[in-house]
Amino acid sequence: MKPPAFDYIAADSIAMAVKALAQAGDDAKIIAGGQSLVPMLNFRMLRPSVLVDINRIAGLDAIAETSEAIRVGALTRHYQLETSPLIARHLPVLSCAMTHVAHLAIRNRGTIGGSLAHADPAAELPMMALLLDAELHIASAAGERKVDARDFFLGALTVDLAAGEIITGVVLPKLPPRTGWGFEEVARRHGDFALAAVAATLTMSGSTIEQARIALTGVGPKALRAHEAEGLLIGQALEGGLIDRVIDAVRTTIEPETDLHASSDYRRHLAGVLAGRALAAAWRRAHESAA
Amino acid sequence: MSKTCEIDVTVNGKVHRAVVEPRLLLTDFLRHTLGLTGTHVGCEHGVCGACTVLVDGDCARACLMFAVQADGRSIETIESLGRIGRMNALQESFHEHHALQCGFCTPGMLMTATDLLRKYPLATDEDIRKGISGNLCRCTGYEHIVRAIRAVVGKTEPVR
Repeated sequence: MKPPAFDYIAADSIAMAVKALAQAGDDAKIIAGGQSLVPMLNFRMLRPSVLVDINRIAGLDAIAETSEAIRVGALTRHYQLETSPLIARHLPVLSCAMTHVAHLAIRNRGTIGGSLAHADPAAELPMMALLLDAELHIASAAGERKVDARDFFLGALTVDLAAGEIITGVVLPKLPPRTGWGFEEVARRHGDFALAAVAATLTMSGSTIEQARIALTGVGPKALRAHEAEGLLIGQALEGGLIDRVIDAVRTTIEPETDLHASSDYRRHLAGVLAGRALAAAWRRAHESAA
Repeated sequence: MSKTCEIDVTVNGKVHRAVVEPRLLLTDFLRHTLGLTGTHVGCEHGVCGACTVLVDGDCARACLMFAVQADGRSIETIESLGRIGRMNALQESFHEHHALQCGFCTPGMLMTATDLLRKYPLATDEDIRKGISGNLCRCTGYEHIVRAIRAVVGKTEPVR
C-alpha cells in the first residue's frame, strides 16, 4: 500500500510539463488532483519512473466565459465547477452533476482534466462532456490540438491521449435559449460511482423539441450518447406514449455489464427509469425557461 | 532510490523543513516524520476518510497526496482543533452526543465536518448524511454523528 519510487517534477508551466513528459518517454504520469492516480500508485498497479505535477501551473484552473461557451482550465477542481456562478448560469445541468461527484474531500482535489483523461466507465464528467458537446484542448511538445469529446473516449479507462500529451482545457458551449435539463443518478451510497446515471437537455422551438441530448454513464465500458432515442424526440412534444418509446430506445442502445454491485438487467432497467425522469425534468424546465 | 526533495510545510501553524522521498504519502509524513498520530490511516486508497486533513483550508485525503506536494502549503490536522480539557465546539458536540465509540474514524469525521460546516448550509439531516458519506464509521451507525454536526450548524463560529 505504498507507491513504488519515482522522480518528481513540479511543472510551473504547460511548456515545462510537456517538455518533462517528452524527456521521460512513455514512463511518465501527470499528477493533477491525484484522486484516481494515487490509489493506483498505492496499489502498485502503475509504476511510472517520473511524476509530473501540474498543480502549480498558474491559471490552469480558470473558468472563463466567451460569447458562445465556457472555457474550463484542466486543473479546475470539481468543487470549483460545482460552485461556479458562470457554470450555474450557463450550464446548470453541470452544476447539478458535480454534486454527485464523489465526496467533498475528493471534489476539493479532483480535476476536470484528470477525470476526463482517466475516463472511468461510471464517472460523471465524461458523460457531461459528451452531453454538452465539449471540445478538449490538448498540448504536447509537438504543439496543440483540439478533439471533440465524441471522438475522445475510446473505451474503459482509454482515451485519445498519447504519452506526451496533456489536456489543458475544456470548452463547453453554453446551453441554447429555451433549453431544459435533467440529471438523475443512482449509486449505492451518495458520492459513489454511478450504477447508472442519465443527463438530458431538450431545446424547444415553438411547442416542439428542436434539439435533444441524452447521455449515460455506468452502463457500459464508456459513457455514451443515446442518439436513436434523441432522434425520436425531434419535432415532437413529450406527450402520450413518446416517453415510453424513448425509454425503450435508451434500453436497447446500452449493453451494461454485470458486476458485484448490480446485474446487467438491473442497470438496463434503471437507465430507462432515470432517462424518463431526466427527460420529464428537462421538458418541465424548458417550459419554465420559456415562461 | 529516487531523488529526494526539500520541502517547507506549515502544519498547524508551525513551519517544518524536511527532506522527503517523492513517494512519501502525506499521511506517513504527518505520522512518522512529525509524530502527529491523530491523523489515522485506514484504507490508503481514498475510500474510508480516516486520514482527512485540511490543505489550505479545504478537506482532503492525506493518503492521496504526497508530502512533496504539500511544499509551501498549510496543513491542518486533528491536533489543530482542540485539546482534552479545551475542545472546540464541534469536538464538544461529538462528546455530548456520543458521536464516537472506538474513535478510529473520528479525526477524519471532525476534519470533514469542519470543511462541510464552512461550505454548505447543511439544512437537513440528509445534507449532513451526504456530506459525511465519504467517511466510514463501523461503530455508531452514524446517527449520533449526524446529531452532533446538526447541533453546531448555524453557530457563528462552529469549529473555531
